[in-house]
Amino acid sequence: MGKYNWNWNIFFEEVATGGEKYYQWLLSGLGWTVATALCAWVIALILGFLVGVIRTTPIKWLSIAGDAYVELFRNIPLIVQMFLWFFVLPDLLPQAAGDWLKQDMPLPEFTTAVVSLAFFTSSRVAEQVKTGILALPRGQRNAGLAVGFTLPQVYRYVLLPMAFRIIIPPLTSEFMNVFKNSSVALTIGLLELTAQARQMNEYTFQGFETFTIATVLYVIVSFTANRLMASIEYRVRVPGYIGGGR
Amino acid sequence: MITLDSVSKWYGKFQVLTDCTTAVNKGDVVVVCGPSGSGKSTLIKCINALEPFQKGSIFVDGTSVGRAKTDLPKLRSKVGMVFQHFELFPHLSIINNLTIAPIKVLKRSKDEAIENAMQLLDRVGLKSQAQKFPGQLSGGQQQRVAIARALTMDPIVMLFDEPTSALDPEMVSEVLDVMVELAQEGMTMMVVSHEMGFARKVADRVIFMDQGCIVEDTSKEEFFGSARSERAQQFLSKILSH
Repeated sequence: MGKYNWNWNIFFEEVATGGEKYYQWLLSGLGWTVATALCAWVIALILGFLVGVIRTTPIKWLSIAGDAYVELFRNIPLIVQMFLWFFVLPDLLPQAAGDWLKQDMPLPEFTTAVVSLAFFTSSRVAEQVKTGILALPRGQRNAGLAVGFTLPQVYRYVLLPMAFRIIIPPLTSEFMNVFKNSSVALTIGLLELTAQARQMNEYTFQGFETFTIATVLYVIVSFTANRLMASIEYRVRVPGYIGGGR
Repeated sequence: MITLDSVSKWYGKFQVLTDCTTAVNKGDVVVVCGPSGSGKSTLIKCINALEPFQKGSIFVDGTSVGRAKTDLPKLRSKVGMVFQHFELFPHLSIINNLTIAPIKVLKRSKDEAIENAMQLLDRVGLKSQAQKFPGQLSGGQQQRVAIARALTMDPIVMLFDEPTSALDPEMVSEVLDVMVELAQEGMTMMVVSHEMGFARKVADRVIFMDQGCIVEDTSKEEFFGSARSERAQQFLSKILSH
C-alpha cells in the first residue's frame, strides 16, 4: 500500500461541485437511514404482530395463510425483494397502477425501501411473536377463556403482554438489524448513509476517513436502538418473573 | 345445573371419554377421582368448552355447550374455573388479576370491581397481598388468589381441576380450607381431586373414573363405605394407605 494521505478535515471541505460540505452528505444519508428504518420498523411491528398472532389461532386457514406469508418474505434475500418491489412489481400490475408507481409515486426509492424492508422484517417479527405466544404455558389461554374473555380479548389481555416481554431480546436484535439492513436500499438508489459514504469516497478518495465515520454513525444508531429497547424491557419487567428480579 | 349425556371424546383414534353421563345439581359438591389418564381433567374441561367433544351433550344452566351457536364467552363467564397450575396472569398485580375480567367482561366500574375484589381477597386471607404480583406469592397463596379470581365473576358453579396437586404438601390445607368454606356456603362445585379428606368432609357425591368411563357415581357414604367396583376399591386402597 502506498502512502495514504490522512485528512480528517475532508468532512468540512466543500464538495467539488459546490454548495455543500461533505459532512452534510453524511448527515443527510444518516437522516434517510434513520427515516427508512423507523418507518419500516413501525410497519413491520404492526404486520409482524398481526401475522404472528393469526399463526397461533385455532382457525386453520388463517394460520396457514400466516405461515405462507412468513415463508415467502423470510426465504427471499432482502436485496432480491427490493429489486422485485422496485423493478418487477410495476410491470406486473395493471398499466395505470404500474405507471403511477413508476412516474407519480412520491419519493419512489424511499417508499420502496420502506415497504420492502417492512415486509422482510415483519416476517421475522411474526416468527418471534409466534414463538413468544407458544412459549407461554397452555393453561394461560384456557385461564383467559375461562374468565369469559373472547379470543381477541385473551390475546389482548393475557397472551400478548407476556409474549411481548419474552421476545424483547430478539426484537431488540431485529430493531438493530432494520437500521443495518436499510443500507441495502442503496442498490435501488436511495441516498442513505452507505450510499452517501460511497459517493464521498468516489469524490475524495478519502475512503478510510469516510467509512470510519459512517461506521461510527451506524454503531451510534444501533447502540441507541439497543438502549431504547433495554429501557423498555426494564420498564415492563414483571416482579417475581423472568428478568424481573434484577 | 350441569348435565352430561353420553359424552364421548377422541384424540385422533384414541378414545379418551366413553359415554360419560352424570349431573350436578344446584348446591351439590361432586368430587371426581380416578387414576391418572382416566379422563377426569378432560371431562371437566369439556364442561367449560375448553376441550371439544365429539359425541353426546353437555348442558350448563340450560345452555348446550357443544352447539356451534352457543355464546361460549358468556357461558364461561358464569362458570368459575380453578386450574392445577393456578394460571394467574403473571404481568398483572393480584388486584388487577381479580378486576380485569369483571371490568372487561361484566363491564363493571373500576371502583366496584376493586371493592368486590378486596372483599374476596379478604375472604381467602390475602388482602395484604393485593399489590403484589403472582410470581411473588407462594403456590398456596396463588391458588387462593385463583379461587378469588374465579369468584369475582359471581359464578353459578365452580369447576376445580386438581387444585392441590401442584402444591407443596404444607400448602394443600390452606387451599382446601377455602374450598371447604365455599362448599359449606352452598356453592355448586365439581372438583377433580385426589383429596379424599376433602371428599369425606364436604362432597355430596363421588364420581370415580377409569379409562375414560364413569365407573362409580354414588353418594359419598356409599363410595367410602362399600365402593362397588373392584377398580375403585383398588384405587382407594392405594391412595388411602398412605
